[in-house]
Amino acid sequence: MIDIIGYILMVIGVLFDIFGCIGLVRFPDVYNRLQAATKCVTLGTVALLVGVALTSGWSPMSAKAVICAVFILITSPTAAHAIAKGAYAGGVELWEKSVVDKYAEEVEK
Amino acid sequence: METFALLIYIGLLACCFLCLYRIGRGPSAPDRTVAIDILGTVIVGFCAVLGLVTGKDFYLNVALAWALLSFIGTIALAKFLEGRSFDD
Repeated sequence: MIDIIGYILMVIGVLFDIFGCIGLVRFPDVYNRLQAATKCVTLGTVALLVGVALTSGWSPMSAKAVICAVFILITSPTAAHAIAKGAYAGGVELWEKSVVDKYAEEVEK
Repeated sequence: METFALLIYIGLLACCFLCLYRIGRGPSAPDRTVAIDILGTVIVGFCAVLGLVTGKDFYLNVALAWALLSFIGTIALAKFLEGRSFDD
């Protein structure tokens, strides 16, 4: 039973990874790509690692998979935030059809 | 189990190739940095599945080390993109 839940989680994880990477290729500018890819791939990889942990039972492998999942969950949004800040400070333009830029008002203050 | 693992490998390899397309295509440095970060995260998942299928748990050590190095590299690249030196 717990194996089946693990396999389902792994399938969900791979699907989210694929959708995130399609977003990385298809979206028009850096900030869109960043939010699509980072959120989808973080959830997908965490689901994959939790699926591996559930399927392998009580073993060192499952403990390492859980540690790895927690680490990814903490660091991946942090890295995305740093890249977005760096890209904005480095002068990368928004897509021309973007409607709002709150961070510009914040920077001007 | 073999067929299932093969399907998961194919899905993750497709992700890797999409990331490589974005790394090669650009057009700016932040695009490439995002793609490198995502590629690292996908490879962590790949290593975990590889460890499960082969039953050898050192693949999970590889995954942990890869996650750490990918995070540090991405932070360093983001600092570089900001256009400041590493000291301040």
